[in-house]
Amino acid sequence: MNAHAPVPSLDAACTDTGVTIRQERGQRAVFCGLTGIVWLHRKIQDAFFLVVGSRTCAHLIQSAAGVMIFAEPRFATAIMDERDLAGITDMNDELDRVVRRLIERRPDIRLLFLVGSCPSEVIKLDLTRAAQRLSRRVSPDVRVLSYSGSGIETTFTQGEDACLAALVPEMPRAEADAAPALLVVGALADVVEDQFSRLFSELGIAPVAFLPARKADELPAVGPSTRYLLAQPFLTDTARALEERGAGRIAAPFPLGSEGTTAWLRAAADAFGVAPERFEAATAPGRARAATALAPYRQRLADKRVFFFPDSQLEIPLARFLSREMGTQLVEVGTPYLHRGHLADEIAMLPAGTQVVEGQSLDDQMDRCRAARPDLTVCGLGLANPLEAEGLATKWSIELLFTPIQGYDQAGDLAELFARPLVRRTRLEV
Amino acid sequence: MQLTVWTYEGPPHIGAMRVATAMRGLHYVLHAPQGDTYADLLFTMIERRDARPPVTYTTFQARDLGSDTAAIFKDAVAAAYERFKPEAMIVGASCTAELIQDDPGGLAKALALPIPVIPLDLPAYQKKENWGASETFYRLVRALSGPPPAAGTARASADGRRPLCNILGPTALGFRHRDDLIEIRSLLDRLGIDVNVVAPMGASPSDLGRLGAADFNVVLYPEVARVAAQYLQKTFGQPMVETVPIGVAATIRFVEEIAALTGIDPSPVLAGAPSRLPWYSRSVDSTYLTGKRVFIFGDATHAVAMARVAATELGFRVVGLGTYAREFAREVRAEAEVHGIEATITDDYLDVEAAIQAAQPEMVLGTQMERHIAKRLGLPCAVISAPIHVQDFPARHSPQMGFEGANVLFDTLVHPLMMGLEEHLLGMFREDPEFHDGAAPSHHTRHGGPSPAPVPEAAQAALAQPAPPPSQPTAKDTVVVSLWDAAAEKELKKIPFFVRGKARANTERFAREQALPLITVETLYDAKAHFGR
Repeated sequence: MNAHAPVPSLDAACTDTGVTIRQERGQRAVFCGLTGIVWLHRKIQDAFFLVVGSRTCAHLIQSAAGVMIFAEPRFATAIMDERDLAGITDMNDELDRVVRRLIERRPDIRLLFLVGSCPSEVIKLDLTRAAQRLSRRVSPDVRVLSYSGSGIETTFTQGEDACLAALVPEMPRAEADAAPALLVVGALADVVEDQFSRLFSELGIAPVAFLPARKADELPAVGPSTRYLLAQPFLTDTARALEERGAGRIAAPFPLGSEGTTAWLRAAADAFGVAPERFEAATAPGRARAATALAPYRQRLADKRVFFFPDSQLEIPLARFLSREMGTQLVEVGTPYLHRGHLADEIAMLPAGTQVVEGQSLDDQMDRCRAARPDLTVCGLGLANPLEAEGLATKWSIELLFTPIQGYDQAGDLAELFARPLVRRTRLEV
Repeated sequence: MQLTVWTYEGPPHIGAMRVATAMRGLHYVLHAPQGDTYADLLFTMIERRDARPPVTYTTFQARDLGSDTAAIFKDAVAAAYERFKPEAMIVGASCTAELIQDDPGGLAKALALPIPVIPLDLPAYQKKENWGASETFYRLVRALSGPPPAAGTARASADGRRPLCNILGPTALGFRHRDDLIEIRSLLDRLGIDVNVVAPMGASPSDLGRLGAADFNVVLYPEVARVAAQYLQKTFGQPMVETVPIGVAATIRFVEEIAALTGIDPSPVLAGAPSRLPWYSRSVDSTYLTGKRVFIFGDATHAVAMARVAATELGFRVVGLGTYAREFAREVRAEAEVHGIEATITDDYLDVEAAIQAAQPEMVLGTQMERHIAKRLGLPCAVISAPIHVQDFPARHSPQMGFEGANVLFDTLVHPLMMGLEEHLLGMFREDPEFHDGAAPSHHTRHGGPSPAPVPEAAQAALAQPAPPPSQPTAKDTVVVSLWDAAAEKELKKIPFFVRGKARANTERFAREQALPLITVETLYDAKAHFGR
């Protein structure tokens, strides 16, 4: 369901603003979409994520998350075994049995996601129908939905996209003649969500709702009166699903850094007809605080050469923030996928000559990174320690999904995340 | 289908990766979908290796399935050979690639590379990580150890030279394999024995070609190396020593066994006090450890060894013993019999949780997963086996094996317990606001602490984690529990918390056996007298 159309051409393309976009194919060192469960299971407080897959899937999700989490997590795996594959048992019966055992154990669950994986997609196990069947059986206590987080279809944060897209059909319908409402889309840290709520309220924009909601039964309404604003750059399918329900996108850069946050808020303000004076008044304190918070890091990061390996699709907005607000130079900006529409504003803000690479050929990219010897390399956990051992300072990229980084009051924290590895290097004397 | 909250082992290709990553000059090409590269971070993060594992993944995607995934695989093999120039290669499939049936072995063979290319057939929907490691190691040894000596050739005798052995089993991502190896090498050296090849850890494919030169094999981790050692025994006539030297007694047996095999006098190595465990354990400070009820779970090697150490070297009572390694169920069952209990053989985390609850132990010795269970049940816990997390790949020397390993074990197994004096005082004075039942041992970070200040309701809602699933008492238990009279229930609270669960269970059992309708204070003490402790 999240499969992307084949890449039409591998030729480099140059945008009007002088940003080169090149595509690359080969070995990809990225997570699959199942990893999104790591933060989604905390964001939606009464949801449970049941992966239907292999032992590899279970191992992935506990390696990526489980070992960091000591509380009983709200995810598990229904591991398919040879009896399922050989058709000795009926997979749908088996799935029903597993779900029953799970719901007995966790009576607090209100929303259950059946999450597809590579094995379940390859054997074409129909989880959509399974979810409908199970939903009938366990409703009204539990709602059952499905999406795919498989590696063959999704990369890392695209798992969140697939999950949210599965929620969209469940959203109540907003009447066509309802007053315009703002929907902010993308899982944000609770504290960030609350800050944005306050800001929108000061701007006089109301009502404002967030997707995903913190509780399964608090899904916001959607309809032709809904204007949605993406808080994350990886929400291709969710955006499409929202538009199918009549909602319209507010184009904007992403709320990273002071400039990004201002532009993001301004796009919403313009869409809702907020007066410029009111916008100035509402955002001035935030901008002032961000300026104070960013100043000390600018000195640390200015003129540093940064290399991004592809990971989350956050790379382009982050590169834009680092180059424009922190004065870094961009050696290469890798991204697993590039949604040219959603990222148009971001790409326009990148400095001329920026090299953007969509996709990956791991060994070639590592060669380029070694040759460039950047001051800071943003990469995944499989590469970070090996590159450190080669003398390159790294910032492991997953942290950018696990840390509140959006908005004015996190701008300093965001800069600090990149400055920290560099500071650490200067501190260590052994 | 199996509902899996936590899995004790990864899929078998992780085992193959552990062997490949342990070795030098060996490359692994794994046909796998995008995302399976997560496995790299087990090595780069948990074990903190400073290089990428020698693994090339094909990382195919959905769009590739319509075309030629076999071509992708062949390209990956060719590119990996060109770039890394390994001495040998292993090729195989992950669980998803197994479903699309591209035949990695045949495809790689068609490339006719000038190095040995060993195909791995690891059935991902039947087997697991340790089996994968064992099978991979066996395939490598079989392919690379060279032809057997001609029939009738006597093994070269050790004229004048020191006896020579191979050490088999240590891998990447093994629980304390790094330090066990240091310990065992030093022990062998003191015995006057030289090490021919250590494998897979640190060995190259050409090193595997020299395995036949050793006089015998030491199998440190049967889960990984037993099958390979059996092959070497059959092919080269090398005897194998499979006593796992964890604990003082087992280490002595290990030394004596090797001494007998090589005709060496073990007494200099065993003289003096090679380990502090025996004295620490005999010193009166340890008296309170007597009869502590422990539940032990892990891989078979560590679980069995730890049961012996707990019972005979620390004086604990083993009330539960189990393993997730079905391949070694027989050994674990036999050991459980020694302790008069039935072994828990399961890879289902929920079954282990139930077994721990039923056994009412005072301490759990287990894996990373048992730490979760123990935390939920409020029990002290120490980790004795994989699966493990980053804190169990410590910087300091921390073997489990040999005499130093026994020292480490003493500290590890005693640390989580409340110290003696504190235990006494808790039993005597029950109303101390600071030191009470709910509080963690005072030498640990407080988890529970005194009852926290009341939290405003709104904040509480914000903080609220999902309620931990109730321990689901069975209907039968509920009935029995309701039979306690209030005074008896109150009296029960005066029993120290770490034996209270057992006291409750014993009393209820006593009441059932005696067909008593109500449990009174008298019943409680009758049961105590009946069962002793």
